[in-house]
Order: sequence, then C-alpha cells, then structure tokens
Amino acid sequence: MKVILHIWRQAKASTNSDFKQDGKMVRYELNNASPDMSFLEMLDVLNEQLITKGEEPVAFDHDCREGVCGSCGVVIDGVPHGPESGTTTCQLHMRSFKDGAEIYIEPMRAKAFPVTKDLIVDRGSFDRIVQSGAFISVNTGAPQDANAILIPKPDADRAFDAATCIGCGACVAACKNASAMLFVGAKVSHFKHLPQGQVERDSRARNLVSAMDEEGFGNCTNQNECEAVCPKEISVRVIADMNREYLRAKVLEE
Amino acid sequence: MSWLTSFWRSSIGGKVTMAVTGLMLFGFLVSHLLGNLLLLQGRDKINAYAKWLHDLGPLLWVMRIGLLAVFVLHVATAIRLSRANKVARPVAYRKPNTVQANMASRSMLLSGLTLLVFIIYHLMHFTFGVTNPGHHALKAAGAGGHDVYAMVTTSFGNPAIAIAYAVFQVVLFLHLSHGLQSMAQTVGIHHARYTPMIKTVSFLVALAIAGGNAFLSLSVMFGLVGGTQ
Repeated sequence: MKVILHIWRQAKASTNSDFKQDGKMVRYELNNASPDMSFLEMLDVLNEQLITKGEEPVAFDHDCREGVCGSCGVVIDGVPHGPESGTTTCQLHMRSFKDGAEIYIEPMRAKAFPVTKDLIVDRGSFDRIVQSGAFISVNTGAPQDANAILIPKPDADRAFDAATCIGCGACVAACKNASAMLFVGAKVSHFKHLPQGQVERDSRARNLVSAMDEEGFGNCTNQNECEAVCPKEISVRVIADMNREYLRAKVLEE
Repeated sequence: MSWLTSFWRSSIGGKVTMAVTGLMLFGFLVSHLLGNLLLLQGRDKINAYAKWLHDLGPLLWVMRIGLLAVFVLHVATAIRLSRANKVARPVAYRKPNTVQANMASRSMLLSGLTLLVFIIYHLMHFTFGVTNPGHHALKAAGAGGHDVYAMVTTSFGNPAIAIAYAVFQVVLFLHLSHGLQSMAQTVGIHHARYTPMIKTVSFLVALAIAGGNAFLSLSVMFGLVGGTQ
C-alpha cells in the first residue's frame, strides 16, 4: 500500500524560549508499506529509504513494541497513538489506514514534554512526579506472608485499573490544556485503594499535585479526551479520585 | 493560612473554585428564573416580588455584593486557569483532532466570555437603564418602584431585543450543560451508577434554565404575555 506522510522534523532539542521555530513538517511518500506492518515498522521502512538516500532518518521513541513499556507514542492525525482505541502506536497496524492515506505524524505537544529530536519528547517530568510520592515506603526486612493483608476484590480491581498506566503521556498530548491529571490521578488512585497506600495517603496527594503543577502542565476541564486516547483505557474516575484525595489532604493539613 | 494559599494556587484548587462559585451562580440563575416566571401571573405578582426584593434593604445589598464577589472570583479564576492552559501547550498541533470531547466542553472559555458580555448588557438594560432608558423609567402606579412588568413587556415587545436574549440562552445552555456535570467530577464524585445520571440531569436542567429564560422573552414577543392585564 501507498501512504503519504507528513512528519515533524526537528534537528535540535527544543528550548523554552524558541519552541515555535524549532522544526517543520516534511512530506514523504512511501510506496511499499504493507497493511500487516505495525506503524513503527512502517517508519522503519521509511528510515531505511532515507538512510539509503543519505538523509537523516526520522527519530522516534520505541522499546518493547508489544504495548507494555510506554516508550512509543506519537500523535497521528491529531490523536495520540492513532485511530484505534486502547492501542499503543507500536500495536497500531497499517491496515487501520486506507491505501493512499495522508498521515500527519507529530510529537506530543506540551511545555512539560520538550521535543528532543523529531518525534521524541522528554517525559522526564513524569519521572519527577513519580519521585515526589507515587510509591510506598517500606522498611526492608523479612517479607511477610503474601496473603497477610486482605484486600477486597473490587478495591484490588480499582487499584489495578489505575496501575495499568504505562506513563506514555498520551493523556497530556490529547488534552486541550496539556494537563497531566489522568496520569497523576492514576498514581493517586492506584495507592488510594490499597491498604499499603494509606500510610502516606495525604502527603502523597499533596506532593503529587504540587509536583504536577510545578512541571507546568495545564488544568483539567473535564473533556475526557485523555481517557479516549489512553492505550490502557484508564477512566477519568481516577481524576475524581485525585480531586477528592487532594481536597481531603488539604482540608486535613495542619 | 498557608494551606489555603497553596490550595488556591494549585490546579485542583482552581478547579474547585470554579465548581463552587459555578454552583453558587447556578443557584442564582434558578432563583432568577423562578422570580421572572411570576411574569406569567400578571403585573401585580411580579411587581410585588420586585418590591419585596427592594424592601429587603441592606440584606439585598449583602446579596448583591456577595453575588458580585462570587462572579468576579469565577471569571478571574477562569482567566487564570485558561492562561496557564495556554502556556502549557506552546506549540499547537498542525492537524488538531478530538475523539469524544463535545463542543460545549471545548468552548467553555468562549461561552463564558460571551455570557460576561451578555450579562453586562443585561445589567445596562434592566438594572442601570443605560441601553433603553425609556423602558427603565417606567414606574409602577402608586407604590413608586419600577413597573417591572411594563419594563419587561415593553423591552421584549421589541423583536430585536427578544431574539437577542433568546440567542444568548443557547450560549447559556452550552455553558451550563458542561459546567453542571463538571462540578461533580471536580469535587471527586464519579460513580458507575450516578455519573451517567448526573450528566443527563445536567443536560436537562441546563435546558430547563435556558429554555425557561428564552420562553419568557419570546412569549412576550409573540404577544402571549403582555398587553394590559
């Protein structure tokens, strides 16, 4: 199959001052794509052609290529991870596109995700948020019996639904306001429903939200675009969980 | 008080401020519509209601100043959050797209600012008597206060004014239909059973408020209300 690609090309990393003049969209024609190729394999084929011609290949992030690592994630025709719901870019296949389709491929756009090169963005802001409290502190020692702490099944399910987040950043990329509230909500909700999470419950909510705000993400306006593009289909319920946890933590703060 | 300032400056604090002030403004809209529906009961009823409100004296001023404070807080917080949202995405997508966001949710700032303009016009029209001083000067016989009934029926007897008011109600509907259901989510209410209900009820309540307001202006225009009774 044939596809026409419009890809954001940017040689140098973005700086906060001149975000806008950093790169441009470049048109490529690819005649030998197969409907069975994954989206990233299609980009691999394009890159082989570019290298043969002596041009700079398109840089994009990828690692596991099986939808679990969260490395990949480009914005395809305005939708992070492309047109299939619940699917990462690496698990998206060219059969989702028509023969001769024009496809726009852009990096995720957010101040907190500066572009490093072409389609690669620096998602270090997510790591810094996680470091601020998306974990439980456990003293080392002999492990206790695995089933010593009972967790009701519905609670375990809610925690697990939130824990499926792979931190790909699609929620930020899709949000009109570049808000990270689905990501941060997933972290809060993950621990909120588990007994192990109760110890640091209030400080976690306060620290995660203030870390998120410091990174320069926008504010949620409840459009729910994030849950629509999330490859793990995390519900905006986690945002309500975070709002409630934060409100509680601020009211109880001494 | 540092917890309060840090809450106020935080993203979620801003959202909660929008929700709480929004709920208060919604409460005002309900009472405003209920009061205005007295128009259907004739001149005496609505004029008596207007006189009762004015006779509240200092209490009325407490309510007015409170309402103004809530309104200013709602608008100022919206502008602060919107500005932060704009900064959060310095480069727009070349090919923007959405999956499930609706028009009402994407245009809250625009619908809000449109409503702000409308509310200023509405106050200049009926409260300060700037745009139509003739209508504003209509006095009730005897008691001395404004003849609200005559003010409203004369104003909306003018089709341009009546239609303009009705058109603005579409904007109000858009703003309320997203705003009402957003409040629940913002204060942390999300439930498999109740959230769909909240969305439906928000839609219907927004329709009732905006529809009720539009009904009043249009029914005067079409001569269903008014005349000499």
